[in-house]
Amino acid sequence: MPTLIKLQGGGMVLANDAFTHVADDQELPQGDVIISLTRFQADGERLMSEGRSVGVRLEPAEEAEALAYDLPRLALVALAFPKFRDGRQYSNARILRERYGYKGEIRAVGDVLREQAGFMVRCGVDAFEPADGSAPEQWERKTRRFRHVYQRAADGRAPAFAERGE
Amino acid sequence: MYRYDTIDKEFVADRAAEFREQVQRRLAGEITEDQFKPIRLMNGLYLQLHAYMLRIAIPYGALTSTKLRKLAYIAKTYDKGYGHFTTRTNLQLHWIKLKDAPEILDHLAEVEMHAMQTSGNCIRNVTADPYAGATADELDDPRVWAETIRQWSTLHPEFSFLPRKFKIAVTAAAKDRTATKIYDIGLHLRRGRSGELGFEVLVGGGLGRTPHIGSTIREFLPTRHLLSYMEAILRVYNRHGRRDNIFKARIKILVASLGAEEFARQVEEEWAKGDPSRIDLPDTELARIRGAFAQTYETLPARSEALEAAKAANPAFARFLRRNVHPHKQPGYALVDVSLKVPGQTPGDMTSEQMELVASLAERYSLDEVRVTYQQNLLLPHVKLDEVETVWRELDAAGLATPNIDLITDIIACPGLDYCALANARAIPIAQHIAERFAEPERAEAVGELNIKISGCINACGHHHVGHIGILGVDKKGEEFYQVTLGGTADDNAALGAMLGPALPAAKVAEAVEQMVEVYLRERRDGERFVDTFRRTGVAPFKEAVYADAH
Repeated sequence: MPTLIKLQGGGMVLANDAFTHVADDQELPQGDVIISLTRFQADGERLMSEGRSVGVRLEPAEEAEALAYDLPRLALVALAFPKFRDGRQYSNARILRERYGYKGEIRAVGDVLREQAGFMVRCGVDAFEPADGSAPEQWERKTRRFRHVYQRAADGRAPAFAERGE
Repeated sequence: MYRYDTIDKEFVADRAAEFREQVQRRLAGEITEDQFKPIRLMNGLYLQLHAYMLRIAIPYGALTSTKLRKLAYIAKTYDKGYGHFTTRTNLQLHWIKLKDAPEILDHLAEVEMHAMQTSGNCIRNVTADPYAGATADELDDPRVWAETIRQWSTLHPEFSFLPRKFKIAVTAAAKDRTATKIYDIGLHLRRGRSGELGFEVLVGGGLGRTPHIGSTIREFLPTRHLLSYMEAILRVYNRHGRRDNIFKARIKILVASLGAEEFARQVEEEWAKGDPSRIDLPDTELARIRGAFAQTYETLPARSEALEAAKAANPAFARFLRRNVHPHKQPGYALVDVSLKVPGQTPGDMTSEQMELVASLAERYSLDEVRVTYQQNLLLPHVKLDEVETVWRELDAAGLATPNIDLITDIIACPGLDYCALANARAIPIAQHIAERFAEPERAEAVGELNIKISGCINACGHHHVGHIGILGVDKKGEEFYQVTLGGTADDNAALGAMLGPALPAAKVAEAVEQMVEVYLRERRDGERFVDTFRRTGVAPFKEAVYADAH
């Protein structure tokens, strides 16, 4: 079971994970599941009618727009980082938060390293399955590292130009 | 000149502190070189053939005496007493120790500098016209917009893991001194029909293995929407740029495969979905940045008797005036080029002592400002005409007054195989051999404007595609060969050069250049530059001269 770290009240905490990641060729277990976009498009309706919480995993090439109509019913969206260098999910995260106003969990999974913490949080990711064995304290430290930011993004922080206008 | 406020200062201090910790973790073996690589790259630290190389950002090429003195100090203390200015107006130090890197970043932070985003797949250091604020032919000060872009692009949360590196250049003048057409985004300031300012936005220029000239995707973007529009471009690129092949990952490939029109449509669509008011700077912030670049001058006569007398008395000074001194928008002032192209030496290299001297000249004679040009020279932007001769004498004594700006010896060259792990061939010795043949200033001046650009590999850091004569080093079974192209230009009429013929061995390159110059001198008509003659005659006479002995 991978570690799950969540952003809560500005801090990072270790969290219990009620969800099971299910691959496309795997049989569905009981309970809350995270499934691929393909599987969601086939079975999502049925699973949600069973009263389960359902999360959808987007691969980097899959676009947040595909979930536009389903977002209010999704428990979480998992953004897959097969390689940390693949930055497409930062755009997906911001679109989910800023364009669609998605309030549910956005979870980073895959090659998720604490060096990315600051960027991810700024784009609206609020749950993390770190691949580098890092702890919540380390994630928290990373996200608090910079006292200022230069752009408005999905995290509500006031950018430098707004701070200066105060 | 823009000065950091508390926010900017705290930002670079936080960055330096973060890197110090990361280096400690690496030195302690807590992270592997593989994990450390992207971290150090985002702080400008490369691992090269012999040592670490640190690339220090010089945003829009603007330096003060304090900054230049600090660079001199760093080069002397942590390197071998010299540094290399690049075609991206950065400074590279080629002999850095990893353990010293955090301390160097602290020193840089002290003088409002950093090495952020001089490497990695992010938005790189922004460049602008080196004549900014000093030339009469500009519509606005491009530094205002370059500084705006610098701040917005700094640790951008969405665009720090792009498919590939991303470079932006800004010009506000009719004459393009920044090579904006070979940039991922080139911004040309224009005046709209009703007098307001806006940008013509070019996207997808670039050199490397598939060179492209940028395409205009928007004729006129009101200046206030600069950042929101940049964000739309970057988002389309971040989502759709290729990530499966490093050689096809630049935005130029995306623009070429979609077509500029379709790319523009996607950008407009993305832009229309966003809320520009969240991203674009408020007028108060633009005014704050603009105010920082305001400059006051003394009221002086347009003509300096002292300068005219010195010019009449001294032919060497007169030549320097012809080649290295340019008109300033303010009567009684001039822009003075500091040449880093001494024939026989490495183009763009400068010793700590030379940096200290130029810093001192800037302080005394140029309103404390120095600029770096993409031609790898420096520029003193605000020198009083009365003081040009004094400045020249001091530069000359330090070997910095070669009167060769834009001449055949003003060669652009990347570090090549002498330093760089990517290179296939050496670039510096080729530049040295060519320059030595034209070391006589009379001879170089008689040949006139001729830009030679040399790259040691296909990545084209030496801009060879846009040289009047472009020279590209290639490896042929372990031997260095050089492909020659002719007729490239990086100006407002940017064009890519055409192949001369089969690649030449290293020993033949300088001779070939000399042969081509002879063809030009024979064929040229009144007022034609080398490149004009080439465009009129075509490649045939040049090819014939160079390959004659091969038949």
